[in-house]
Amino acid sequence: MDSFANRRHIFRVIIILIGLVYIVKLFVIQVVDSTYKVTASNNVLRYVTQFPARGLIYDREGKLLVYNEAAYDLMVVPRQLEPFDTTEFCQILDISKEYVNEALRRAKEFSVYNSSIFLKQVSSKTYANLQEKLYKYPGFFVQSRTLRKYSLENGAHLLGYVGEVNNKIIESDKYYKSGDYIGVSGIEQSYEEYLRGQKGVNVYLVDVHNRIQGSYANGRLDRKAKVGSNIISTIDSDLQAYGEKLMRNKIGSIVAIEPSTGEILALVSSPTYNPELLVGRIRTKNYVTLMSDTLKPLFNRALMAQYPPGSTFKVINALIGLQEKTLFPYTKYECAGAYYSRGLRVGCHFHRSPLNLIESIQMSCNTYYCNVFRSILDNKKYPSIRESFDQWREYIMSFGFGEYLNSDFDNELKGLVPTKQTYDRIYGENGWRSLTLISMAIGQGELGTTPLQMANMTAAIANRGYYYTPHVVKEIEGDYKLEERFFEKNYTKIDSNYFEIVIEGMALAVNGEPGSGSTARSAQIPEITVCGKTGTAENPHGKDHSIFIAFAPKNDPKIAIAVYIENGGFGSTWAAPTAKLMIEEYLNDSISVPWWEEYVLNAEINYNAETSKHME
Amino acid sequence: MQRRVNIWSSIDWLTVAIYLVLVFLGWINIYAAVYNEDHYSIFDFSQRYGKQLIWIAAALLIAVIIFVIDINFYSYFAYLAYGLMILLLIAVLIFGKEVHGAKSWFEIGRFRIQPAEFAKIATALVLARYLSSYNVQINTLKSYLRVAAIILIPSLLILLQNDTGSALVYFVFILVLYREGISESILLLGLFVVILFVLALVLEKLIIILLSIAIVFIIFWFLNRRLKNVGIGVGILFLTSVVLYGVNEVLSMGLSYYYIILAALGISGLVYIVLAIRYKIKNIALLLVFLIGSVLLTYSVDHVFNNFLEPHQQKRINVVLGLESDPYGVEYNVNQSKIAIGSGGLYGKGFLRGTQTKFDFVPEQSTDFIFCTIGEEWGFIGTFFVVSLFVFFLYRLIGIAERQRSPFSRIYGYGVVSVLFFHIVINIGMTIGLVPVIGIPLPFFSYGGSSLWAFTILLFIFLRLDASRLELLK
Repeated sequence: MDSFANRRHIFRVIIILIGLVYIVKLFVIQVVDSTYKVTASNNVLRYVTQFPARGLIYDREGKLLVYNEAAYDLMVVPRQLEPFDTTEFCQILDISKEYVNEALRRAKEFSVYNSSIFLKQVSSKTYANLQEKLYKYPGFFVQSRTLRKYSLENGAHLLGYVGEVNNKIIESDKYYKSGDYIGVSGIEQSYEEYLRGQKGVNVYLVDVHNRIQGSYANGRLDRKAKVGSNIISTIDSDLQAYGEKLMRNKIGSIVAIEPSTGEILALVSSPTYNPELLVGRIRTKNYVTLMSDTLKPLFNRALMAQYPPGSTFKVINALIGLQEKTLFPYTKYECAGAYYSRGLRVGCHFHRSPLNLIESIQMSCNTYYCNVFRSILDNKKYPSIRESFDQWREYIMSFGFGEYLNSDFDNELKGLVPTKQTYDRIYGENGWRSLTLISMAIGQGELGTTPLQMANMTAAIANRGYYYTPHVVKEIEGDYKLEERFFEKNYTKIDSNYFEIVIEGMALAVNGEPGSGSTARSAQIPEITVCGKTGTAENPHGKDHSIFIAFAPKNDPKIAIAVYIENGGFGSTWAAPTAKLMIEEYLNDSISVPWWEEYVLNAEINYNAETSKHME
Repeated sequence: MQRRVNIWSSIDWLTVAIYLVLVFLGWINIYAAVYNEDHYSIFDFSQRYGKQLIWIAAALLIAVIIFVIDINFYSYFAYLAYGLMILLLIAVLIFGKEVHGAKSWFEIGRFRIQPAEFAKIATALVLARYLSSYNVQINTLKSYLRVAAIILIPSLLILLQNDTGSALVYFVFILVLYREGISESILLLGLFVVILFVLALVLEKLIIILLSIAIVFIIFWFLNRRLKNVGIGVGILFLTSVVLYGVNEVLSMGLSYYYIILAALGISGLVYIVLAIRYKIKNIALLLVFLIGSVLLTYSVDHVFNNFLEPHQQKRINVVLGLESDPYGVEYNVNQSKIAIGSGGLYGKGFLRGTQTKFDFVPEQSTDFIFCTIGEEWGFIGTFFVVSLFVFFLYRLIGIAERQRSPFSRIYGYGVVSVLFFHIVINIGMTIGLVPVIGIPLPFFSYGGSSLWAFTILLFIFLRLDASRLELLK
């Protein structure tokens, strides 16, 4: 009946065979092969992470801006602790007994067997003392780290700072472990991958007296740390420092770009802070202080503050008019001190009338641009304002507005350019006309632009029709290349031949004779033709913001700049002289009329010095 | 026709003794694995060894209860138990708690129960019940399908819980089928598929197809016993290959050798069929199916491997096959485990003296990697003893299974042997790097109430059946 009973032998053979194979293998592992042996009886392996030095950051001239300083973290493995002399221990480290108890409790809570940080960033001097006595404290060991050091007090916003990783990062990126550092803002954040290098690990054998006996398994499990790549930024540190000096006691920002490359020469956001404040053990305390400051020194205005562009936008509207052929160089409009239409009034200042295109930029006539703007939107070429507005918006966007510029900063904002849907929502689909949008003719109203975008627009004008995506890094050492997009021209939708006449107007605005009506004469530099345009952003919360955009020299632009001074009033009052000083400093390395420098330096605009003492 | 026998005297006490020794060894090794000076009392119920003691006490109680229950209960209620387990396996997918990525636990207060562990028992019972029915012929398509359903339903449900290790256990029931007379060719086919799967990962497709062709011709020679026919077959294939190679070169179509051979095989295949029909040569069709099957399989392996396995599973397989080295991830566990076992030497470091297993070097050292503690603290002497004890235990269980008079008891016995065998081989094998890391417990050793109780029930139902074997007249 049970004809397969013989198969039981197969079972027994298989079981015995596998048993034999396993026993042989165990014999090999346990008795024959010595690679699995740990020689001394009570040895313990210790994994010491090798933290690579973070890459250095240089300015465009090769001047060192950010470097490293050694610091030491005291680590503890609770399982290996033995009773020790707390008094002496506290004395060496200059800590209280309460701290010891609390830190040990935390360490035990984290893991009894794995190491955790007992005391962060011990100084080299303390470390030297400790090192001699460490044998008395089994379970403790030292792990070397590096901290950031800054050679200048400038550039806090663009360099960014380094902070400890939070749980969210640890969970999403396997590379980071608790207690690791990561770039939190600026270049430190954008180029984290290159700057951080690659962590390594050394596996040591440690005896019961907490002494390292040597490398484990001849270093087979070790992995060398790879030092972070150095970064050469596009910043001109002298210009940056000068910009920060000029902006003292003012709120606002300066962005300077080299038009021929898109390289950011200076990026000032005021008020700023000393980058050293956010390094090491003092960081947490200082961070809280900076955060609670009402002037928001941590807020990077150059990338994140959105203002209306003001009259600087007339340049763009002029270009669009020319491209759309609703405006011609000879077009003249009358101005009787204001623009009137159907009961609406846009005020203008006093100047002669009528004006042609060049003069309209020179004297910044509001009436002229109300007419230009309406001629663009009411162009019969388009079936309705919805199409002509779309077209207008396309032109605006092609200058880098209303969208991320995709610079190498992670936290830039895209600004605001309204869409036709915006107006549909407010006025209904057929409820708006060119007159409804008239404030945008002179750069007010629903527009929002960041200083970086404004500097970029200026660079596009300087280049007569294209810009390179602004970026702050010139070179990454090692076999890395900058992203291709930083070397590609982004063309605006305006033909390059239309720029010349507008630039003529900008040149005249700065360099016109006294009494000619030029609005930006405060930006004049002897022997260099600066082309500029003033602007005043209406500010519902207080005094208007002072704006100035400029590039120079006219025919071979080396620098394009945008200056915003909050509550500074007219563009010509504060922003224009500030821009002038920056351009002069960059092109000539000297200031021709020191009076202007004093004038700007001594200005204190809507700035409460009390609240910001820590920034000095 | 039954007669009453005092079951307490007919219990196989030797097996019970081995069971007790295994459980005791497991307990002291859990103590050693978790031991630290802060909690040195072995009866500390806040620690794993303390809890394990509770599980052991409960397991012994369960064993006694099993002996009190009437023997017929187990076959009568097999299907009911099986159905209940299936429901629980479905329920755990919905209400279960996820631990280490596997949703296979019910949490009741502070306790966690893993139904997958208990489902094995029900499956073994149902398999025994079905195969021992009078009207069942094992080698029919109907039985194949039913048996496959019995085995695969729980396995698939467990796979859905993301507990691949426990799901794989079910395939070991094939061994039971083998003992009950399933055709050897089915098993060989299964074995062949597994070998081909492994080969397909390691070798080039070209080598596999050449190997398959060689094997087919060897089998053909065995079946046909005529060298001339084999010669003609090889000749045809060789010629078509050469011709196709020439065509490929002349037209410079750039086909690889693999596709040339494949095409040649297609053409010669047709020739073979014609010749086979003409000269009435048997088995040709079967061999061709075999060839086509292996070609398709090698193709599907990459697909299955890349699309159906999780990255960590791929890694484990690659590490064992030596295709990938990953000393900090998967290999880390195995490496640490080997270091722990290896550092034990011949005599071991002594009870509670192990360092490797104590400092978190070996993960899961009280559950899946408990064998490391044995290896480190008791040395080769200890591991030799434990492996030998397991071998003897299984050997003994086969003996007991074979002495059963009722097919039900015998088949169930083989189910018990197979499940234990799989767990032991895989668990110890992974700690010494012979098989991929599959997280299943070492029977009676590993920490955990569910697994201990499940193995206890599995074993003691069998011992209960055995104790009554004499009641049943042949």
